[in-house]
Amino acid sequence: MLKRLVTIVLPLVVLGVGSAQAQEVKVGVALPYTGIGAEFAQLVDRGMELYLKLNADKVKPYKITLIRRDVKDPSGANAKIAVQELLTQDNVDVLAGWIYSPNAIASAPIVTAGKKLAVIMNAGTAHITNLSPYYVRTSFSMWHAGYSLGEASAKILKAKTAVVGYTDFPPGKDSLAAFKRSFEANGGKVIDEIPMGGAGAVPDFTPFFQRAKDKKPDLFFVFVPAGDHAAAVVKTYAALGMREAGIRLIGPGDITQDTKLQAMGAAAVGLITMHHYHADLDNPENKRFVEAWKKEYGPNTTPDFMAVGGYDGMAAIVHVTQVLKGKIEADAALEALKGWKFASPRGPIMIDPVTRDIVMNEYLSEAVMKDGRVYQKVIGQIDGVKDACKEQKIGPCATAAK
Amino acid sequence: MTPPAVDWIDHPAAVALAGRHRVRAWEVIPWLLALGFYFAFPKYLGFGTELLITILFALSLDLVLGYAGIVTLGQAAFFGAGAYTVGMLAKRGIWNEPITGLILAAAVAAAIGLGSGLVLLRTGGLTLLMLTLCTMALLEEAANLAHDYTGGFDGLDSLPIAPLLGRFEFNPLYPTTQYLYVLAVLFVCFVFVRTLVYSPFGQSLTGIRENTLRMHAVGAPVRWRLVLAYALSAAIAGVAGGIWAQANAYVNLGTLGLDRAATVLIILVLGGYGRLYGAFVGAVAYMALAHFLSKIYPTAWQLGLGLLLVVIALFARNGILGLTEAAARWRRAPRAIS
Amino acid sequence: MLLGGVAAGMVLFIVSVGLSVTMGLMGFVNLAHGGFAMLGGYAIALAMRQWGLGFVPALGFGFVVIAVLSAVLERLLYSRLYRATELDQVLFSIGLVFMMIASVTVLVGPENQPLALPSYLRGQINLGITQYRTYSVFLIVVGILIIIGLWLTFERTRAGAQIRAAVDNRRMAESLGINIGRLFTVTFAFGSGMAALGGGLGAEFLGLDPQYALKYLVYFLIVVAVGGLGRVTGVFYAALLIGVLDFALKKYVPSGGTAFIYALTILLLLWRPQGLFGTKST
Repeated sequence: MLKRLVTIVLPLVVLGVGSAQAQEVKVGVALPYTGIGAEFAQLVDRGMELYLKLNADKVKPYKITLIRRDVKDPSGANAKIAVQELLTQDNVDVLAGWIYSPNAIASAPIVTAGKKLAVIMNAGTAHITNLSPYYVRTSFSMWHAGYSLGEASAKILKAKTAVVGYTDFPPGKDSLAAFKRSFEANGGKVIDEIPMGGAGAVPDFTPFFQRAKDKKPDLFFVFVPAGDHAAAVVKTYAALGMREAGIRLIGPGDITQDTKLQAMGAAAVGLITMHHYHADLDNPENKRFVEAWKKEYGPNTTPDFMAVGGYDGMAAIVHVTQVLKGKIEADAALEALKGWKFASPRGPIMIDPVTRDIVMNEYLSEAVMKDGRVYQKVIGQIDGVKDACKEQKIGPCATAAK
Repeated sequence: MTPPAVDWIDHPAAVALAGRHRVRAWEVIPWLLALGFYFAFPKYLGFGTELLITILFALSLDLVLGYAGIVTLGQAAFFGAGAYTVGMLAKRGIWNEPITGLILAAAVAAAIGLGSGLVLLRTGGLTLLMLTLCTMALLEEAANLAHDYTGGFDGLDSLPIAPLLGRFEFNPLYPTTQYLYVLAVLFVCFVFVRTLVYSPFGQSLTGIRENTLRMHAVGAPVRWRLVLAYALSAAIAGVAGGIWAQANAYVNLGTLGLDRAATVLIILVLGGYGRLYGAFVGAVAYMALAHFLSKIYPTAWQLGLGLLLVVIALFARNGILGLTEAAARWRRAPRAIS
Repeated sequence: MLLGGVAAGMVLFIVSVGLSVTMGLMGFVNLAHGGFAMLGGYAIALAMRQWGLGFVPALGFGFVVIAVLSAVLERLLYSRLYRATELDQVLFSIGLVFMMIASVTVLVGPENQPLALPSYLRGQINLGITQYRTYSVFLIVVGILIIIGLWLTFERTRAGAQIRAAVDNRRMAESLGINIGRLFTVTFAFGSGMAALGGGLGAEFLGLDPQYALKYLVYFLIVVAVGGLGRVTGVFYAALLIGVLDFALKKYVPSGGTAFIYALTILLLLWRPQGLFGTKST
């Protein structure tokens, strides 16, 4: 009798233990861990890890394993090999990462051939999500901030003229096009467009800013890649006394990236930026996020928009894992994410069911000094912003999604 | 009793010199290894294809640097020229057949090589180095400015390359066709370079490299030989670039960048220049190390790579092949002619 | 308004002068020179942040630390390669700079290091007619002091004469009894120390992160090639020329401004392959 019981019960127990054992979901992460993008890779990576740490109960009973590959540079070749190997050698269930747009663009055919969900956590060129049906973006498009800022500049800041300075590469041109279109649609006029060097080495911005100052606009809209470029921009603006000359410096939040903001000090005061995230946003999720970040990585560190791209991207992956019970089949995963809503540290976000790009709030903020540190005060916001480039089918966004 | 006189043509030295061009048994090994790689590591073919293309590129540099003695930091200009030729023609739907695409790429690159060689090869040393670098940088900037044609920083993606010989498709996820295609092209180009190097033209290049003054004195057309070598090496670099664009179905500014030019120079010097196979050895050593170290230590692998370069530079007198040659010489008794 | 260009030129000069003398004197292609500039910048920034050193003392600290470090490296490693081919020297110095970048990334981190200027160097200064950026003026003053100091050293001191002699004709100098080995070490240390100084001084414009070592190497090489190997005054004028023209072109023709520097270098080098001030060699 006992023997019979054991032969029935034991297999059931073993099965039960087996299924209670965490089912592993492998996430292949392609980021530039070395080279000029190293610090951005670190931010996204930390954002992903922090989500897993803070929301361990939401991940159960599954286990998310991150398989990291260094893509080394924005040239595309190494990204392709990394993605290809993640798919064919490591057999990952989901792909994630992509800081640089050229890498995301280069990876698109492989992603399509590999038929796995691919979550873009930073790359911002607008038409990227059209290049593969498996791309879902949780970061931003250059048009989110640029277009909104054009609108906000005319309506909230009541500006009439603007000079645009931009780093001469596609995100810069995207930003210029977005801002110009909505600023002029709302009654403003862009009186000069100044390409300011490449995205590689940080140029000395003085000559470009001097030219802008000579034109005497209401606003100087600047787009540069986040990081060293942004720090140099703020310094040059202060050094040339442009604020005293009555020219306000505005731009997407790349120029007041949280990780660089405090180092800019008093020079940053008066900067007006529009972005979907900064660490001073006042909502409960963000307070929790920033506090946990400082606890985990140090009191002098801060998350920024790249970190939140990683955080929300991981939230999307975990959501898919739960809905599909650990078996991540790409088409089902896409269905699960289309229209997915989430309370992110940046506010409420949604994945657009048509474009698979992110829909979120854009906040107009002014940098002020508060309690001895630079603080970004929200002075306006636009809710539920979609990527205007794809919405209005402008330029490269006009080609239909694959 | 005097020994019978040896006719000069039978003298060991003459025999060795005349037989330099003969194919040695071990020369089959790299090709066998490359084929073996195809069967043994089907999942690494993406890496393998990139490796073979790098070897081809380094080979082009060896022709101009190792044999003609021209030190250039601008070889990527020709690589990029070939890549963009293929890329722009394919993207616009003008031409996308692979093999003829390569011929076009080689032609364009050779033209640029000829033009720039005529102007730049009057100089030498640091000056020439900087001139080649600046020419390449200008080309890169031009490609960036002409972004309506070249795609600028983002590049031209999803190039519609026609199937090879009408039948073999290029699969981005499982690059089996790409690998074998590149291997075949590399073989053809290698045979070409090898024949060239052992031909009278190639010998004269060595002469120019070793003692330019002497070559002038014997009346050899030094400048024309150098320009021709430069143009030929540009053509091969163009083939490498063109095939890169075809294999990746993608081209961007990275093909023209200093990063690529400097890396191929390091690879060639690491392997050993002027030895034809230095390109193979250097590329395998550098890329394999970079690839696998970066998997284990995504943030710190450059340290290991840097260490390899420093060690080879300190202890070898011409890259890794220089080390093996020195070892072979040391083992062999002094009677043999090397 | 071209003051910014002059200031940028000064930074270029300060970093590149060491490279020019090293390449001219020792015939050594040291592509790790940018690495010494980067390490120097880091030493200066960290000294200011961690130990609260003032800006000027930190500059001195950076100079000394990097000079000593480079002297050690010269004795241990570089000297072994003096008889090696230039390509082996390239291989070595690139390997060294890779190691420098990786070490700094791992030890300090990949992010840009902020270098807070003292308050008396920030903002604008009124020099009569218009406002000028204070830091630019400071850099120009420092640059002029350095070039005067270097010129005096080279033209008026014995050590300077020895260096000039060795640059022009090493064998002859050796046969005259000049201790070439020691001269090399001292010159190398001094050149690298200058690079460190440049790294710290330039951080305000050029930023400071591990990639600094390679990002700006091209500019240093251009300045050295255009100025003429081993010619301190040549480097000075070349750096000023590049700095000012780069600035002016970017202001008036921003589209493709970077390309102009390359085009200009090509024209200059084709016209005078030995550099503006170099001597024609056989």
